[in-house]
Amino acid sequence: MSNEALFTYTLRLADDLLILSHRLGEWCGHGPVLEEDIALTNRALDHIGEARNLLTYAGEVEGKGRTEDDLAFLRNERQFLNTKLVEQPNGDYAHTIVRSFLFDAYHLPLAEALLKSSDAQLAAIAGKAVKEAQYHLRHSNDWLIRFGDGTEESHQRAQIALDNLWTFTGDLFTQDEVHQAMVKAGVAPDLTKIKATFDATVDKVLSEATLKRPVDGFMASGGRQGKHGEQLGFILAEMQYLQRAYPGATW
Amino acid sequence: MSDTTKREALFQAKVDSEQKIEPKDWMPEKYRKNLIRQISQHAHSEVVGMLPEGNWISRAPSLKRKAILLAKVQDEAGHGLYLYSAAETLGTSREQTIDDLLSGKAKYSSIFNYPTLTWADIGAVGWLVDGAAIMNQVMLCRTSYGPYARAMVRICKEESFHQRQGYEIMAVLAKGSPEQKEMAQDALNRWWWPSLMMFGPTDANSPHSAESMKWKIKRQSNDELRQTFIDRTVQQAEVIGLTIPDPDLKWNEATQHYDWGAIDWAEFNSVVAGNGPCNKERLAARNKAHNDGAWVREAAMAYAAKKAERKAA
Amino acid sequence: MSDNPNNWPLWEVFIQSKRGLDHKHVGSLHAADPQMAIENARDVYTRRQEGQSIWVVPAAAISASQPDDAAMLFDPADDKTYRHPTFYTMPEGAKYI
Repeated sequence: MSNEALFTYTLRLADDLLILSHRLGEWCGHGPVLEEDIALTNRALDHIGEARNLLTYAGEVEGKGRTEDDLAFLRNERQFLNTKLVEQPNGDYAHTIVRSFLFDAYHLPLAEALLKSSDAQLAAIAGKAVKEAQYHLRHSNDWLIRFGDGTEESHQRAQIALDNLWTFTGDLFTQDEVHQAMVKAGVAPDLTKIKATFDATVDKVLSEATLKRPVDGFMASGGRQGKHGEQLGFILAEMQYLQRAYPGATW
Repeated sequence: MSDTTKREALFQAKVDSEQKIEPKDWMPEKYRKNLIRQISQHAHSEVVGMLPEGNWISRAPSLKRKAILLAKVQDEAGHGLYLYSAAETLGTSREQTIDDLLSGKAKYSSIFNYPTLTWADIGAVGWLVDGAAIMNQVMLCRTSYGPYARAMVRICKEESFHQRQGYEIMAVLAKGSPEQKEMAQDALNRWWWPSLMMFGPTDANSPHSAESMKWKIKRQSNDELRQTFIDRTVQQAEVIGLTIPDPDLKWNEATQHYDWGAIDWAEFNSVVAGNGPCNKERLAARNKAHNDGAWVREAAMAYAAKKAERKAA
Repeated sequence: MSDNPNNWPLWEVFIQSKRGLDHKHVGSLHAADPQMAIENARDVYTRRQEGQSIWVVPAAAISASQPDDAAMLFDPADDKTYRHPTFYTMPEGAKYI
């Protein structure tokens, strides 16, 4: 197993959380009710915390002295390896909840599997993430059920969000060469198993929410190879602005 | 003595002997109204205050700063929530209170009508705006109305890191490149005077002050608090090598306080009247969040009702 | 308090900070249902490791004594000092009592 593959794999894990946290942070101060504003920011904080641990570790694996901030603020669009799902705009609250639900349904079994990773550091990071991910999934599935089984309007909005975002779920489970190498080394889990848990969660929650599971049609891909939608460039332009405008400065 | 006068005397005796007033106690209608006004203004300030700072979450210059800022702005939401709850014990509903904000009827701290233009503003807001707010809040931990005092105790405990993180941002900038130091000084220049205005009009011109002091809602006057703030902050600015933008600022040996220049009260009144740089944006943002969230709140209630019905069946 | 049926009701929140201690009233919040009230309480009132158990109670379900009754309810206990251990004089030298 090469360090490069482990570096790439760790960045993929980190970037999902970093970008999702960024998106959730955009809600801070604009939530539908104060209590929910606070809840959503808690999630953003959990995600950024896990992202920082992973980025710091990625820097160590790479061995070139890059810090969490170097990796977050000084990589360009093609070097970000998050799945496209997490970069999708917040949209209405149904889109935000569905995006998080789909991610959580993948993230929880992933974190559970990583507890047994042969990589001690990834296993340790997963140890903290599992508890957070359990809570995240409960929060997003509760809301999805409320929307699906709430009012006609909320049902419709949730179904639209689900239909819009479903195309991004395929990418969560693609296993390219890097991933296969990680599985072989016992670092990463086989994603077909994660997919089975994901499917079971989705079916259970959607049925309770009286929502229809979209048909697996065209699945968007490319995020793991750094081929993103146009949205990501705007996220980075905003996120990286100060570090780019004042190279080398300390904050 | 009439019944009301008797009750008022009893009430005042309770206040004078430092007993807290609790929600079910009899209280003069003006005390209740005055409190509702003050607590809801305070709550609105916390919630509107999230906007100028939240503004920089997506642009925070390091992951550490981003996490801190998220946590801080989130705390403000919590503080708004504690205060709305305290106001509810006086017989208002959160909905009514928020409607008054959204319609422009209720006021909030004018400071949040100023824009956060650069990253240094996040430092200045934490250091100066939270610093000024804390002066008030520490005093309010001993306010006579129990639920308000309890909310303030919780808020003060949580606020303690807010001012420090802001001052740290300023200190790091002041020690940084010449451009960063300039950014810090510029932020101090813009936020200094509005921060002093946060303490409200001078005692001589403060319409609600006398009554508030008598009822121990307030325990120190606007001018006293403002002077303490200045005395403390000047020293802090010196430590990090920034200059307070007041040519009249001078230590006075006789009073053991700083003498300082004149506040531009015309500007203060104009911002309070709605003509600050961001009044319209702030209200528009709150209205948008509230309106966009209507279907979400409605869905949650509809689902709760269905669930309760099924449970009963 | 409010006429709009879409407004979430008010809940009172009680937090136990450590096992073995009482649940203590910490404040209130709004939520549509009990589950949400618990989750909101977790997010609002335990951000700094303040708790390990949460109770939520609909504010409307709480009955409270009236301040005007305070004298009648609580003053009669004033003269029953014999309920307190310090009321009794123990003989010099007696131990473990």
